[in-house]
Amino acid sequence: MNPELVGRVFPPVAPYLVAREKVREFARAVFATSPLNHDPSAAMSAGYADVVAPPTFPVVVQEATLAQLLAEPDAGIDFTRVVHGDQRFTYSRPVVAGDELTATLAVTSIKSLGAHSMVTAESTIVDATGAHVVTAISTLVVRGDE
Amino acid sequence: MSIQVGDIVAEATYALTRDSLVRYAGASGDFNPIHYRDDVAVSVGLPGVLAHGMLTMGFAVQPVVDWLGDRGWVSDYQVRFTRPVVVDATTGASVTVLAKVGAVEDGAARIDLTVSFDESTVLGKAQVRVTLR
Repeated sequence: MNPELVGRVFPPVAPYLVAREKVREFARAVFATSPLNHDPSAAMSAGYADVVAPPTFPVVVQEATLAQLLAEPDAGIDFTRVVHGDQRFTYSRPVVAGDELTATLAVTSIKSLGAHSMVTAESTIVDATGAHVVTAISTLVVRGDE
Repeated sequence: MSIQVGDIVAEATYALTRDSLVRYAGASGDFNPIHYRDDVAVSVGLPGVLAHGMLTMGFAVQPVVDWLGDRGWVSDYQVRFTRPVVVDATTGASVTVLAKVGAVEDGAARIDLTVSFDESTVLGKAQVRVTLR
């Protein structure tokens, strides 16, 4: 893997509009049964603008940024050898339906561990006003020759 | 919130099936065939079809979300993927989640998750920070 990727910031990906039905679909897929995830009136009486996305929902938004990294011509990452090592979401506020989210990827660290490499990529996700919503941090392990 | 370090706030068991994996693939957009095709999983050296790590991360936090209700929200959530969850085509996979208070601060708490399959933990350093509203 190319160590010069560290510090590289990619162009923001196209804005992602969080739809109510997508939140519900994702919620069902992760066994989320809270009324806040499914019922707009429950979410609104709790003070949210619309249904609340489950905590790992930003992975859907982050995916396009990781695709940028894997497609980077000089990255030297063979995606068939990539294993997900760590994942973290650090929020300023919950994601709700109606949010228009824009993600920007930065490579923050590359380490070698024997034949393997570990790349940490941070996707900073902001809303339509530019305010921070959540940062999604992934560490990918790229397996070397064994 | 009257909780103390060491308190168990939630426990749950999730019965995963291949249907769960297909549903998560569609909802998340992760269509890697190792999560639904035995032949592909075996060809890359895996013991079988695996649950998406992000699926396990996704449901493992739900007992905390349900315990919290509308009193607060998840402001930070991290995991390390340490072992795969193999989902058998006929019998599926049973994954248990134990959520225990790891730290208490003013208006916030850290909840530590123990997520187990086949008597081994599958997530490391699985920590949820909850912030009261």
